[in-house]
Amino acid sequence: MHNIIVNGQPLAADVDPQTPLLWVLREVAQLTGTKFGCGIGMCGACTVHVDGRAVRSCITPVASVEACAITTIEGLSPDGKHPLQQAWIAAQAPQCGYCQPGQIMQAATLLRDYPQPTDANIDAVMSGNLCRCMAYVRIRKAIKLAAASGQEMPPHA
Amino acid sequence: MHDSIPVSPGRRGFLIAAAGTGFTLAFLRADSSLADSKLAPAISEQEAAPAFDPGIWFGIGRDGIVTVNIARAEVGQHIGTALARIVAEELEADWDKVRLHYVDSDPRWGPMVTAGSRSVWQDFDPLSRAGAAGRIALIEEGARLLRVPVAACTAKKGVVHGRGRSVSYGEIVRRGKLARHYTPEQLQAIVLKTPQQRTLIGQSVQALDIPSKTDGSAVYGIDVQVAGMVHARPKIPPTRHGAKVVSIDDTAARKIKGYIGAAALNDPSNTVPGWVMVYADSYAAASRAAELVQVKWRTGAAAHVSEQDILAYATRQLHDASLGARVVDDGGLEQAFKGAALTLERHYTTSTVLHFELEPLNALVQQIDGIWHVHAGNQAPSLILPVLAQALKVAQSHIVLHTYLLGGNMGRRLNGDYCVPAALAAQALGRPVKLICTRADDSHVDSPRSPSLQHLRLAFDGAGKVIAMQHEASAGWPAQVMFPAWLVKDKQGHPYDPSAIAGADHWYTVGAQRVRTVSNDQANSSFRPGWLRGTGPAWTSWAVESFMDEAAQAAKADPLDFRLSLLQGKGRNAGGAERLAHVLRRAAEKAGWGAAMPADTGLGIAATGGQERGMPTWTACVARVRVDRKTCMVQVEKLTLVIDAGVIIDPDGALAQAEGGALLGLSMALHEGTAFLNGAVKDSNLNSYLPLRMADVPELDIEFICSTEMATGLGEPPVTVVAPAIGNAIFAAVAARVRHLPIRPEAVLKALDRYGAV
Repeated sequence: MHNIIVNGQPLAADVDPQTPLLWVLREVAQLTGTKFGCGIGMCGACTVHVDGRAVRSCITPVASVEACAITTIEGLSPDGKHPLQQAWIAAQAPQCGYCQPGQIMQAATLLRDYPQPTDANIDAVMSGNLCRCMAYVRIRKAIKLAAASGQEMPPHA
Repeated sequence: MHDSIPVSPGRRGFLIAAAGTGFTLAFLRADSSLADSKLAPAISEQEAAPAFDPGIWFGIGRDGIVTVNIARAEVGQHIGTALARIVAEELEADWDKVRLHYVDSDPRWGPMVTAGSRSVWQDFDPLSRAGAAGRIALIEEGARLLRVPVAACTAKKGVVHGRGRSVSYGEIVRRGKLARHYTPEQLQAIVLKTPQQRTLIGQSVQALDIPSKTDGSAVYGIDVQVAGMVHARPKIPPTRHGAKVVSIDDTAARKIKGYIGAAALNDPSNTVPGWVMVYADSYAAASRAAELVQVKWRTGAAAHVSEQDILAYATRQLHDASLGARVVDDGGLEQAFKGAALTLERHYTTSTVLHFELEPLNALVQQIDGIWHVHAGNQAPSLILPVLAQALKVAQSHIVLHTYLLGGNMGRRLNGDYCVPAALAAQALGRPVKLICTRADDSHVDSPRSPSLQHLRLAFDGAGKVIAMQHEASAGWPAQVMFPAWLVKDKQGHPYDPSAIAGADHWYTVGAQRVRTVSNDQANSSFRPGWLRGTGPAWTSWAVESFMDEAAQAAKADPLDFRLSLLQGKGRNAGGAERLAHVLRRAAEKAGWGAAMPADTGLGIAATGGQERGMPTWTACVARVRVDRKTCMVQVEKLTLVIDAGVIIDPDGALAQAEGGALLGLSMALHEGTAFLNGAVKDSNLNSYLPLRMADVPELDIEFICSTEMATGLGEPPVTVVAPAIGNAIFAAVAARVRHLPIRPEAVLKALDRYGAV
């Protein structure tokens, strides 16, 4: 049994210790906003926060995050109105949308580390997140919109 | 029912009527859609009955909510929003009360295929007429309720107004007696709005599918689940065709908690020969178990086929003039070449390219009361239904495809093959089965863009005038392999796949012209060639537009001037060539064509008619690149695109499509591409397949021509122009001509050496 905290709620998962956190979230916690993309940590679609840091959940064994606080896209904001989520809509960033939960989770830590990110900061932090629709122009725009909004980032993001 | 049984949604009349529960098929549920619900639908007839149902296009509920039925797949282009805007424009609906409903695979929707950037082009007229017919019926009934003559009434934002009084659409539905029949002729006679009268089309709008894509609530095929389902991961055989299972050893897998078993599929449709399914009570367990299950196969012939074999075969094919079909075949070609003062001959090649759609292939199949419910993102239910029927040995009427959002599709899910193993497994187990491929599984069963070989010749007369052009191509033909009904015939009756040659029949006037297309049987028999965003024009344009630059060089002309001199609008090129010339001139002007460039930096230009001559999207691109002579790395600094796609429904959505399309064009030009190796693709995941990332994005300058012409496609045309513009810019920068896609630094180095420019 592995105990983690997902979006503030305790979760006990009776799974093999090697089970990737991604599948615990999707299959046990029924939180399907976190996506399966490449399975080797190189597309970023599965990005979640572990104790506030962006982590690729597809290559993170559940046993390695025992007792950790996990935040998924569903838990980023109680009402879906995180400054990044609002900016994502304002910039009309998503196309197919599949990578976007991971992009938003990655961007949330970007803005915490660099509240006013430069293009170089954005390139460095966001280049691990593949967008197959190549909506990169709008993802960059949305990050800058959120940074410029002056809204405070919610604490656990 | 009545006389409007659907054949093709474009050509029929319909009945407008206040509906009770008279419809036998649940197709409209105002309160939700599959895109909102992870659970398989259980729609009762009661809740399904629309209050006001104008044919198949949309319904208006008693609350005034307009629900537009969307029979196209959402692959990121926000097609539902665009189509609903078209309905709402003529219906005079209140946009805030418009909802989307993505429909399942009932025959009433007619052929369901989302491909070729055709949706808006195909649906604009019928949807406009459906909306207008609804408005007319609502005004008539509204006038009756208001006791005002019809002629004194107008409709605006979901309300009928007349002589100072008004009644909302919802109220008309509640109180009125809507009954009006339209024949196809009457529909055709409806006068639609002029472009100046439109209030929604041409205005940017927030796409209705976007908010759910920011909070994790959007539902893709991979997210769907039903109670009691078994999870499965396939073991993919070494070759796509002809593999047979010799033995399965699951000893090591048995220690995996939740492992259920492994078994070969028996597939009467021969879609997935040699597939073995590994079952478990969770996907994580199925995936781990699959790594431990040992399968021995007898492989198909493709186990000994690699990329160079396919291209060598193509070379032999192009030497045999009797093969293939002649898409364009003017007389006098040979004589023109014999009498030419100067000829130019070049070969161009392109590598295998993966879809790499970000959502790995998956499908959930469940049988309920003899009906097979297939839950999966799919672009073309019409193509896979007959295959599923053959595989399951049931009638097509016993299969329902439920569609969902598609994750990063790029055309992969036009081929619905991944539904077949899930269906066979559900049948074999007698339980619902959810199949998910890993990324590597997915790549190995991709329907990749076939490698291609193209041979082009051009003849000049003594005065430097172009008098003849020949273009020959060999590649795998997706339609031949997956949907032969899409093959068309040349004048001699030879069949060909238009998606594997479109673009070679360009809009330049070149004298006697011949375009020959040959199906690469070795590609077809070794893998399943597929349609990838941009399809044929994404690689035929690589040849045509690189060749135009080489021809300009041979003619000692500026590449822009040379193209413009051939865009004469004569004969079959009338009407189009002028619009293509316009986007070319505009792109050149915007990009500073002709200006002095820094060292090793150059501008390259390219233009295409988009996806097909029948639906041209006039597209031009200027690429600005810098080449590092030491590393031969190509840095794309800026892409300038000018696009004439006729009426633009949603300018901001159109721009998003063009941005993504242009960057995919860049990604396929420099970053992507793999090779077929001993029966499988060499690269299967992001450790070695390297699509464009955020840091690689150049400056983009994209402009749409303001137009009131017929709306054409937008998703793919921007893909087609970028690679040749980059290739031509590399030549402008360092005089190195590259003729293979993708463009690798080694090829630039080799070309530099050849020209002695290092």
